[in-house]
Amino acid sequence: MIRLVPRSEPSAAWTYLAPVFAVALTVAAGFVLFALMGYDPVETLYHFFVSPLSSRYGVAELVVKATPLVLIGVGLSIGFRAGVWNIGAEGQLTLGAIFGGGLAIWLHDSESILLLPAMVVFGALGGALWAAIPALLKTRFNVNEILTSLMLTYVATLLLSALVHGPWRDPEGFNFPESRLFPDAGTMPILLDGTRLHLGALLAVVAVGVAWFILSKTLLGFQVKVVGAAPRAARFAGFSQARMVWFSMLLGGGLAGIAGLSEVAGPIGQLVPEISPGYGFTAIIVAFLGRLHPLGVLFAGLLMALSYLGGENAQIAVGLPTAVTGVFQGLLLFFVLAADLLVRYRIAFGSSPEAKAA
Amino acid sequence: MSLDPVILALITIVGAATPLLLAALGEAVVEKSGVLNLGVEGMMLVGAVAAFATAVGTGSSTLALLAAALAGAAMALLFGFLTLTLLTSQVASGLALTIFGIGLSALIGSPYVGTPLERLARLKVPGLSDLPVVGPLLFSHDVLVYFGLAMVPVIAWFLNRSRAGLVLRAVGDNHEAAHAIGYPVIRIRYMAVLFGGMMAGLGGAYLSLAYTPMWIEQMTAGRGWIALALVVFAAWRPVGILIGAYLFGGVTILQLHAQGGAMIDIASQYLSMLPYIATIVVLTLMSSGAARRRLQAPACLGRPFHPTA
Amino acid sequence: MSKSRLLRTTLAALAVSALAAAGAQAQEDPTKVGFVYVGPVGDHGWTYRHDVGRQAIDAAFGDKVKTSYVENVSEGPDAERVIRQLAADGHNLIFTTSFGFMNATVKVAKQFPDVKFEHATGYKRADNLSTYAARFYEGRSVIGTIAGHLTKSNTIGYIGSFPIPEVIRGINAFTIAMRKVNPDAEVKVVWVNSWYDPGKEADAAKTLIDQGADIISQHTDSPAPLQVAEERGVLAFGQASDMAKFAPKAQLTAIVDHWDEYYVERTKAVMDGSWESADVWYGLKQGMVEMAPYGPGVPADVAAAADAVKQGIIDGSIHPFAGPINNQAGEQVVAEGETVSDEDLLKMDWYVEGVQGTIPK
Repeated sequence: MIRLVPRSEPSAAWTYLAPVFAVALTVAAGFVLFALMGYDPVETLYHFFVSPLSSRYGVAELVVKATPLVLIGVGLSIGFRAGVWNIGAEGQLTLGAIFGGGLAIWLHDSESILLLPAMVVFGALGGALWAAIPALLKTRFNVNEILTSLMLTYVATLLLSALVHGPWRDPEGFNFPESRLFPDAGTMPILLDGTRLHLGALLAVVAVGVAWFILSKTLLGFQVKVVGAAPRAARFAGFSQARMVWFSMLLGGGLAGIAGLSEVAGPIGQLVPEISPGYGFTAIIVAFLGRLHPLGVLFAGLLMALSYLGGENAQIAVGLPTAVTGVFQGLLLFFVLAADLLVRYRIAFGSSPEAKAA
Repeated sequence: MSLDPVILALITIVGAATPLLLAALGEAVVEKSGVLNLGVEGMMLVGAVAAFATAVGTGSSTLALLAAALAGAAMALLFGFLTLTLLTSQVASGLALTIFGIGLSALIGSPYVGTPLERLARLKVPGLSDLPVVGPLLFSHDVLVYFGLAMVPVIAWFLNRSRAGLVLRAVGDNHEAAHAIGYPVIRIRYMAVLFGGMMAGLGGAYLSLAYTPMWIEQMTAGRGWIALALVVFAAWRPVGILIGAYLFGGVTILQLHAQGGAMIDIASQYLSMLPYIATIVVLTLMSSGAARRRLQAPACLGRPFHPTA
Repeated sequence: MSKSRLLRTTLAALAVSALAAAGAQAQEDPTKVGFVYVGPVGDHGWTYRHDVGRQAIDAAFGDKVKTSYVENVSEGPDAERVIRQLAADGHNLIFTTSFGFMNATVKVAKQFPDVKFEHATGYKRADNLSTYAARFYEGRSVIGTIAGHLTKSNTIGYIGSFPIPEVIRGINAFTIAMRKVNPDAEVKVVWVNSWYDPGKEADAAKTLIDQGADIISQHTDSPAPLQVAEERGVLAFGQASDMAKFAPKAQLTAIVDHWDEYYVERTKAVMDGSWESADVWYGLKQGMVEMAPYGPGVPADVAAAADAVKQGIIDGSIHPFAGPINNQAGEQVVAEGETVSDEDLLKMDWYVEGVQGTIPK
């Protein structure tokens, strides 16, 4: 009989060992899965995990892919800590792209160095505004934010579709559904020549730093943690639940908005009907994989990005279908999540009084 | 407007609402036990492909439905093992389950793309099915439609009137107290999660056997997410889910009618937004009165439980 | 993997000449051809048909060519990375098969001047970047003719994905041909705002039938509308593939995407060094657009009328957009004896007379 015994405090060693253990399990599972599917397991694993990182360009791409995940994940993790269930980051990302990108389309002749900063501000505003709807409905009418934030995602996507199929079409674009390309002044500068690594990555790192500072050094961060862990205690302490909702929603929405803007002003360079392959949802996993800690989110974002790049690579190199990649990604996530158990619990053998009850 | 088009539109709404109803009813029971499973989309897809593959392989729709329920339950078991036994984050595990389910269903389904299948039979009640209005509206559906409708009072009775349902809700509202009284918290949650998986699997089966009898990858197209939202919309009450599913399906069909009738001169994207906006508006109107509704959300929703913690 | 024997034999001649031209070097290094797909190969629609084309290359050249693909590539930021990865990985020819890949393909083509690129349905070209598209609207003329003959309610339901020129062009070609044989018939359009949601497509089909349509035409990918038509006892047209299996009685015919010969031809051109950048817009004549066999719902005289239109388009005696053409307001926009130019077709954003509803600007 195997049972779990809680540790009196989280194991420092397992905090770092657990992810390693999870990756080892994933590699083993991948070996079996790929072999069963008739692919050379060693070669496939190599293309999944190693070859994406074997060039300067590859590493830059990893960061490009991780940028929106980290930006959104950091914002969401603060909300999740406070018990605010914003699962509509995808919609907030879209609104950020619409607001910031709309500015670039409106000022398409601009050469001002202020254009890009203004777009970032607009992006944040757009995302925050979209998140303010669930926040308002939650605090004012007690409407559950899971429903409102999720439903607003679909509305946002359709709004973007209406704009790029209609009034925001490129006038020289033969009526195809895409906006004109953003002017140079409205495009994220490239940080590393010959790659797509853009300023957005820096914004993500700043977001991680700021979130860490808020959580560990400010009263606001303390309130977030208390409200999430012990809502009743927080109420007695006079911490306002409504204020937490507003703070989490606006922060999460704002960062998602910046993520959306940095995608359209970065690697995409224009508004198109589809600007995100579900980053807003993937970032929820990233937040939890990162144990709701800003630094953890950073690493989780990179790991998640690697799994996407690896999937593409394995498909190009050995023809691994995306279906298998999906199964493998699922397994990877299961292992990483499950391995976290070892941080908080140790495994004991033999029966115990508790075992009967469970 | 004659009666006929209205009746026909209502029948169409039944189809649009049924997969949502099935999946959301299951998820409501899961959430009432204090577990949040965001993997509904993944479970629906695996249910859909299992049903389709079984129907093509055996020709039996009974076996196909059984396979869908079992496949959904198998996915739910995986989720349960992770979140209940290994105490992983429910939100993250549910999302991971969806990624896994999309991949797994595509893998299983690849030989079946482009394979036709006879639609799940509509049940005919001699005499009744041939009645003018009532016949097509009430007595010409397949077994899953009736099953979904029948489960509404059954689950409502279970949650509110039965002893087992009381225990389930106790577990969802305060797992420490339930544990202290001696209820097997983990076992009860496992059963709820498995039930949710079965219902999601059947919701998927409705898509691949009845709604659009075919298999193509990701054919649920986000219905698992709508089902999740409907549980919240309904404040975890089965009747509310029924209303929500028919409201959502109804507005979806209505906006298609508005387009086809060329009644409103705005971009179709704005009309397509209506079901989502309507759901938000209706929920806001219903919620604004009440702190009462806060009580409906299971207090332990999403919180892991370990007996010695 | 099973490969079509028939295709193998019909393409054998092509392959032999290709091998001869490619010479000894190719024996060691197979020509690598990459594909970027917007959907999963299991969509049974747009992407599926491109993948059938890819398999035709495999069948034609065997070991001399190695094909690979990446499916489900988002049209957002991922496209550029995937295309670049294929180029960096030594692919000689890369097909990017969705409009949304246009700017990404242009960027990568600049960075890899020695690699040949082919972008489907776009309009930006370079020395190493071709564009190719199919004149599906020619097929729409054929099915419009059939619909005009067969409708009894004079109402045709048309399910659209998104209001882009490609889809609007199809609706117009259909309507023009339909009203030539039946001036009273009208087309009702419903947009589902998705390329890929069988449930919603089925709902749209039901809605249109409820509103009196007795024939359904679709510009979405799944067989769902056909299944609805079959069940409700109305008629319909298939899209992308021959979907008769899904609706043996209801399917009148289908417009089939047929990329096989084009893909084989372009691969061969890369192998023998004759590849040149081009702007290809093939139709019924070149076989890039094909019509599926007529279903049981098409009487002989209607089949003959449809065949005549098809033959007329192939030999050039019929132009699907020949004047006089009226817009919705009834004003003549194309005069007798004139036709709509390719450029105007490419960016078409207005409806002809006989289509209900408007395209919002």
